[in-house]
Amino acid sequence: MFVARSIAADHKDLIHDVSYDFHGRRMATCSSDQSVKVWDKSENGEWHCTASWKTHSGSVWRVTWAHPEFGQVLASCSFDRTAAVWEEIVGESNDKQRGLSHWIKRTTLVDSRTSVTDVKFAPKHMGLMLTTCSADGVVRIYEAPDVMNLSQWSLQHEISCKLSCSCISWNPSSSRAHPPMFAVGSDDSNVTYGGKVQIYEYNENTRKYAKAETLMTVTDAVHDIAFAPNLGRSFHVLAIATKDVRIFKLVPMRKESTSTGPTKFEVQIVAQFDNHNSQVWRVSWNITSTLLASSGDDGCVRLWKANYMDNWKCTGILKGDGSPLSGSSGQPTAMSTVVAILGYQNQGVFKANIIM
Amino acid sequence: MQNIPAASAGTHLGFAWGPGDILVYETLYKASGAIGSGCPCIHEVRKDEDIYSPILRKLFNESHHIFVGLQTIGEDLPSKNKKPQFVSISKNYRSVIRACMEELQQVAVSSKVADVATQYGNQVSILLAIELIWNLCEVLFIDAAPAGSLLLHLLDWVRLHKADVDEKAREVLQSESPAEHHDYWNVVVSYVLQGRLEEARQMLVKQATLQPAARSMYKLMDTLLSKMPFYNPGGTQTLTEFDVKWRHWHEEVDRCLQDNSFASNKHLEVICKILVGDEDTLLEHKDLLSTWYHFLVTRLLFCHPTVKPTELHYYAQSCLTMFLDSRSVPEPLDSILLAAFEFDIHQVIKDCSIALNNWWFVAHLTDLLDHCKLLQSHNLHFGSNLREFLLLEYASGLFTHHSLWQLAVDYFDHCPEFGRVYLELQIERVPLDTERKALKVLRICEQRQMSEQVRSICKIMAMRALRNNRLGSALSWSIRAKDAAFATLISEKFLQDYCARGTFSDLDLIDNLGPAMLLSDRLTFLGKYREFHKLYGEKRSGEAAKLLLSLMTAKIAPRSFWMTLLTDALPLLEQKEVIFSADQTHELMFCLEELTSLNTTAPGADGPMQDEDTELTKVELLRLALARNLARAIVKEGTVEA
Repeated sequence: MFVARSIAADHKDLIHDVSYDFHGRRMATCSSDQSVKVWDKSENGEWHCTASWKTHSGSVWRVTWAHPEFGQVLASCSFDRTAAVWEEIVGESNDKQRGLSHWIKRTTLVDSRTSVTDVKFAPKHMGLMLTTCSADGVVRIYEAPDVMNLSQWSLQHEISCKLSCSCISWNPSSSRAHPPMFAVGSDDSNVTYGGKVQIYEYNENTRKYAKAETLMTVTDAVHDIAFAPNLGRSFHVLAIATKDVRIFKLVPMRKESTSTGPTKFEVQIVAQFDNHNSQVWRVSWNITSTLLASSGDDGCVRLWKANYMDNWKCTGILKGDGSPLSGSSGQPTAMSTVVAILGYQNQGVFKANIIM
Repeated sequence: MQNIPAASAGTHLGFAWGPGDILVYETLYKASGAIGSGCPCIHEVRKDEDIYSPILRKLFNESHHIFVGLQTIGEDLPSKNKKPQFVSISKNYRSVIRACMEELQQVAVSSKVADVATQYGNQVSILLAIELIWNLCEVLFIDAAPAGSLLLHLLDWVRLHKADVDEKAREVLQSESPAEHHDYWNVVVSYVLQGRLEEARQMLVKQATLQPAARSMYKLMDTLLSKMPFYNPGGTQTLTEFDVKWRHWHEEVDRCLQDNSFASNKHLEVICKILVGDEDTLLEHKDLLSTWYHFLVTRLLFCHPTVKPTELHYYAQSCLTMFLDSRSVPEPLDSILLAAFEFDIHQVIKDCSIALNNWWFVAHLTDLLDHCKLLQSHNLHFGSNLREFLLLEYASGLFTHHSLWQLAVDYFDHCPEFGRVYLELQIERVPLDTERKALKVLRICEQRQMSEQVRSICKIMAMRALRNNRLGSALSWSIRAKDAAFATLISEKFLQDYCARGTFSDLDLIDNLGPAMLLSDRLTFLGKYREFHKLYGEKRSGEAAKLLLSLMTAKIAPRSFWMTLLTDALPLLEQKEVIFSADQTHELMFCLEELTSLNTTAPGADGPMQDEDTELTKVELLRLALARNLARAIVKEGTVEA
């Protein structure tokens, strides 16, 4: 069974993104009400809002945390064509007692001419690097050379993807076996414009990012992509949210020593699920990449898992019933607003369950 | 399960993965601007897992202990000698399950809250089922009893899991007239069904005394019961001999039936039919048997006690079919047991994985079976095997728990293919709430040479300390992280602090840097500078002076700090005793000149005019002091000691 607990979010408009920090003790939410809220989890498991402030002059689409090695840093991106970097300032002691903290803006990135649709930090071994993608089809990679001075960011790379971009995902692997790599998804709905997922790879020689692969079989609008954590595999796994959920395997092909171009990949589709029966808007892996969650137009979150034979299937569904919350925050509201349904159900000796 | 209508038309369900849960919230992905009502809530959803149960925690802790012991069983012994050890380990696991079950049962019974009682009651049923399955696996797979012993083990198995017979018997015996108790015959028949013939006989004696007229019938039954042969594995009788003996007895019982010896007493007649293995009679007592597997074992006991392991599945399948009426569907437990009787280990594991709430059972059982070399290793997609897959799943689940994560480490250690990488990934995410916890995590990483994780954790702690202005802590963490750049940064802050306040904080730390001082130049300077202050405080002026000078001449001190150092030299210059030698004074003067010449060419100071004036005054003072000292030094050195 599932146990659900509700947190009164208090945003005045739709929440567009929720992001946990690295250790899972803090989270940030962002909304069409143009603000970002930061929540801290107390020892007894309750969430308290410790900061809430206006961040942009338009809907805030995404919010993301930097790795804690860089301190307490957030980035947000918005319809107002900007992305911003925020740092938490340790406040006066009476603020701490009241459970409040302050976040100040360190920089605003104004290079985009259109809505900035996604913002992600690059893997930490690359330093403090921020990536944005916009509806104008440009991916921008910024770097803060001095980690102690977050007001200085330089635009290191500007990559034109030719199609309106909706999402980016970095390959989290820090293995020296392959260079840094990220994937960009486009939500351009014209199927004749070719593959909607592009993979870019860093080239040590040219010191630039070059396109390594376009997934030509993905022709519909892509709303989200996510590389899975690597776990010591030689190949990469990428999940895509488009008109269905797709999982691709990218196997790097052996490079000749003379080749200076990007890695060639063998692209295999590992799984394709149309259970949402509608557009899929988000995909995300859990920490160990053993579970993938997807969210679709059908108002459900589905959980996908591979068994030991690498066969993928749905192991659970979360559905909202749209009714207003009745219990007060903190009380377990097992079934009133979120219901879990699962693959195998039994009355007998075993409880219904989800293999998570 | 109810059919829940979908989310309110057009809304989507957003989500975010957390460490042990998932956050879910209503949203709308297509919106390009502000739309609609405020969003009231974010829901934190997590699996209602056993790891959150305090009683089950004991199960996890103790089984962890057994698991680790199992991994280290000597490789030197050949497999067949290890069997008794494996059986003993299996029994250990089972006793841990039983202990947990008993505790849960007590809480379930004593709880006044209905929900809690139900919840615990459910847990107990699950553990009962787990132990049932495990026990059967032990009998069939681990102990691998051959024909003869097999039935005896199965009898034990059934008896162990049918405790209500003893309860009923107790009730009957404690009554005024046991033989007239309404449950009396049920108890007797139950005993017979379980092959507990001694006890059946004792019960029957009570009835016999009440019916002196039927004495001979009771005597006959008593004889039949006492003569039933049971195979003795340790004895000298072979299985064939036993079989012959058993058939003779079986024929004798049949003769009694044909002779209508028990015709006048329907109860004894029933018992006789059971003894002869009449299926219909057995099936008439479904309520006493209560499960098809009890039916199976009883049937085997009275029809085919020398059943071979390979023959089991025929009987099992037919018994299941016979026992369940046409309407009922086999439950997962039934399929699992059937798979076990078919010796299909993989099916057992697969079905258990699907049916159970948590990976504990399948992970530990599979691990044990793997040690018994009972699992063929498939070449699996991600390069590892079933055992490892299950252990990784189980351990990953433990990792989200605030204290059980430490158990998980050992499990990862014993997963040769992916254990390490899984551990690396997950241990970084353990929240570093306190320094103590951070040190615990670090110890684990250091023991396993996970240097990147060590560095990362130390860096996180250093950063956190720095943000909270705890410079000493930040410095010590950056030293541990071997992060030279950060150490430099923090040393700078210490020095700035000193310039501002005139004292050092965290003296203990700086005084005891030891070789760590060499991590960064700035850090070295900090250490040495503090040493200078110590020497000065201890009035070891000569050494202090020498050190001070060397800090500048050996270029350990950053240029920006030279003015401060020279200012520190002033008190030494103005002592009655000459401390700096002539040579040393020359060097100091040289340093001062170097500094002032640089300053005139450097871009104008951004301080106000007054600072410049102060600077000039300082320089003048120094020049004067140095000149005076030089004079005195020359005189001192030139004087011949009398």
